Amino acid sequence: MALSRLSSSSASRCVDLLINPLAAAAAAIPRRLISSDTTPITVETSVPFSVHNCDGPSRSVETTPKELVSFFKDMATMRRMEIAADSLYKAKLIRGFCHLYDGQEAVAVGMEAAITKKDCIITAYRDHCTFLGRGGTLLECFSELMGRKAGCSKGKGGSMHFYKKDSGFYGGHGIVGAQIPLGCGLAFAQKYSKDENVTFALYGDGAANQGQLFEALNIACLWDLPAILVCENNHYGMGTAEWRAAKSPAYYKRGDYAPGLKVDGMDALAVKQACKFAKEHALKNGPIILEMDTYRYHGHSMSDPGSTYRTRDEISGVRQERDPIERIRKLVLSLDLATEKELKDMEKEIRKEVDDAIAQAKESPMPDPSELFTNVYAKGFGTEVYGADRKEVRSVLP
Amino acid sequence: MAAALRRLGSAAHWRGFSTACQEINKSGIHPQHGGKATNLCSAINQALHIALESDPRSYVFGEDVSFGGVFRCTTGLVDQFGKNRVFNTPLCEQGIVGFGIGLAAMGNQAIAEIQFADYIFPAFDQIVNEAAKFRYRSGNQFNCGGLTIRSPYGAVGHGGHYHSQSPEAFFCHVPGIKVVIPRSPRQAKGLLLSCIRDPNPVVFFEPKWLYRQSIEQVPEGDYMLPLSEAEVIREGNDITLVGWGAQLSVMEQACVDAEKEGISCELVDLKTLLPWDKETVEASVRKTGRLLISHEAPVTGGFGAEISASIVERCFLRLEAPVARVCGLDTPFPLVFEPFYLPTKNKILDAIKATVKY
Repeated sequence: MALSRLSSSSASRCVDLLINPLAAAAAAIPRRLISSDTTPITVETSVPFSVHNCDGPSRSVETTPKELVSFFKDMATMRRMEIAADSLYKAKLIRGFCHLYDGQEAVAVGMEAAITKKDCIITAYRDHCTFLGRGGTLLECFSELMGRKAGCSKGKGGSMHFYKKDSGFYGGHGIVGAQIPLGCGLAFAQKYSKDENVTFALYGDGAANQGQLFEALNIACLWDLPAILVCENNHYGMGTAEWRAAKSPAYYKRGDYAPGLKVDGMDALAVKQACKFAKEHALKNGPIILEMDTYRYHGHSMSDPGSTYRTRDEISGVRQERDPIERIRKLVLSLDLATEKELKDMEKEIRKEVDDAIAQAKESPMPDPSELFTNVYAKGFGTEVYGADRKEVRSVLP
Repeated sequence: MAAALRRLGSAAHWRGFSTACQEINKSGIHPQHGGKATNLCSAINQALHIALESDPRSYVFGEDVSFGGVFRCTTGLVDQFGKNRVFNTPLCEQGIVGFGIGLAAMGNQAIAEIQFADYIFPAFDQIVNEAAKFRYRSGNQFNCGGLTIRSPYGAVGHGGHYHSQSPEAFFCHVPGIKVVIPRSPRQAKGLLLSCIRDPNPVVFFEPKWLYRQSIEQVPEGDYMLPLSEAEVIREGNDITLVGWGAQLSVMEQACVDAEKEGISCELVDLKTLLPWDKETVEASVRKTGRLLISHEAPVTGGFGAEISASIVERCFLRLEAPVARVCGLDTPFPLVFEPFYLPTKNKILDAIKATVKY
C-alpha cells in the first residue's frame, strides 16, 4: 500500500486520542499526528477498480486521520453489534429472521463517507449496519431487533425492517430484489426535485438474478435517473455460490448499456472513492452499477450455520487477508495515528456502549397491543377487539 | 398431537374427483395403517425420493434444494439422483415457476420449490396466467399438468411479516390449478405423491410449523391419498368445524375442550382447497346444523368466506346459527403480536360455544 504523508509526525504520544483538535498546534510543536487531525492525506487502494463503459476513479483516495479513525470506530461498533445480535438471537431475545452484516462493514461506512444524508439509501433485509451508518443509534437497533417500543420501527418491523426517514434511509425490505425498482422510483422523484441528490439501491449477488433488477435498470437508464445500483457481492446467494447461480458473476458488467465499476468492498477507502465517483456520474449521466466485492462471515440467516456450502478455511482466509477492520487498523498504526493500545481501548469502550444499549433496550416495553391495528391504513379504522381472547374485531370507518 | 390428528372417522369414500385416486394402493400399502414414526419434513423427503425413483422424468429444483433446503426437506436427494435431476436455481421465483411450466409442458414431472410461501408472489403471474390457463387456452393441445409447486406456509411462532403468511386464498381464485394443504406426515406424503402424479398443476402448501413437531406413523412405501376429498377426522353431532393444514391441530384441541363442556364437534380436514369437496362438508353440516371455519389467513376474502357462502346456499334451511369464522385478523402478519393475531384455541372454543348456544 503506497502512502503519501502530507504532514509530519513524531514519536511523542498523545494519549488524549479524541479530544485534542489542535491540528495547527500539532504541526507547530513537533508531535505525532493525532487522530482528530483533518489534514488531508492520500492513500492508494490496494486493488485497482475494474471498469465497464466508463473511465473509473483514480486509485488515490483522499482521506484524513480523523476519517480513518472514525472508519475504525464505526466498523468496530457495527461488528460488535452484529456479534451481540447473534448472542441475543441464540438466547431467543430476538425472534423472527435475522441476517447479520459482519464482514461487509466497509460498504456501509465507505458509502456514508462519500454522500450526504440527503441522498437516499435503500437495501434488502441485511440492514442493521446500513441503518447505523445513516446515523441510527445502537439503542434503536437493539430495541427493534427485540421488538420493543424504542426501536426504529416502533418494534413493529424487526430485524429486516429498519427505517430512518430523517436521513433518507428507506429500509429494510424482505423480498429479494423488490427494493431495486422502489429505489429507482426514489431517484425518479429526486430528478424531479432537481436538488442534486442521488439514490443508492443496494442488493445482493443473489438478487442480481431477479428480473426486477433489469426491468428497473432499463427504465432508470432510459430516463437518466440519478440511481446508483450497488451490488453487495458477498459471493453467496443464501446457500448457493455465485458461479452456480449466475452465468456471468461480473455483476458490474451485467448492466450492458449501463456503466459499471467493480470495487474492493473490503476496503472502506475504495468504497468511498467509488461512491463519490458514482454520485457525480449519476447526477451527470444517469445510472451506474457498483459491484462491491465483499464477504459475510455469518451464514445467510441465523438458521444457516454458513459452513455447509463453503469451507471454514475460506472464511478464516478472508478474515486474515481481507478483513475491513484489520485493514484500517493496520493503516492507522502504520500512519501512527494511534497506538495499538488506544485502539484496543476504543474497542473496549465500544463493547461497553453495545452492552449498555442492550441493557437499555431490554428495559423498553413491548408495543401496546393496540398497535396491531395501527398503520394498516393511513387513518385508523377505530378497530377494537372483543370476545373471549379478543376473537371478534369491530371496526368503524373514520 | 399426532395421536390427536389420527383419523377417527370411517374409511375414506371414493369420489373420483381426481384421476390420481385410481392409483392408490397399487403397491398394496394401506395409507391409514402401519409404518414408522416420521416427522412431516421426513415424510415430504420420502415422497420426493419416491417420486424421483418411480419416474425417471421427474425433477426437483428451487433455491438451495440441492444441499437440503432451508428446512432440510430435500436432504439426500442430490446424492441419490444426481445434480441433473435435483438442482439449485438462482434466486428467481418467476423463473423457477416459468421453467417448471416449460419442463412440464414437455411431459416431465417438475417439482418446484418456492422457499417460503411469502416469496411466491414474484411467480404469481406465471402461476395464474401461464400455468393455470395453458390447457384451456390451447384447446387441450398443451398443459403443464406435471408441475407441482411446493412451498412452506403459515405461522412458525416468530416468523414475522415475510415468513409466516398463508396465501392460499389467492390461488383458490384461479380455475386450472389445484391447491392442496396436508395436516400431518402421513397425509403429506400421500397427498404430495398424488399432487406430483396428478395431471394438473398443483400448488402444495406445507405447514412449516409442523415440519418437526408433527410425528406420525408413516408407511415407508409408495402410496397416494385422493385429492379433492375431505376427511372427517373427528365425528360429532353439535357443530361442524372445517379447516386445513396446521390449523387442524389447534381446532382439535378446541374440540377436546368443547367436549368437556358437553359439546360434540365434528372436525373436517378439507385437504384440497381447489377444487374442494363440498359434499363431505355439506353432509356434515346437514347432520350438525352448524358450521365453523378456521384459518390463519386474514378473515376478509379468506377461503373460509367461500366455504361459508357455498354451505349457506346448500344448507340454508338446515342451519341453526350463522356460520362462524375464526381466522387471522385483517392486519399484515405481525411480528411481536403473533399470538394476538392467530386464531387460537380459546378463540375457537368461544366461537363454538356462541354458535351452539345461538
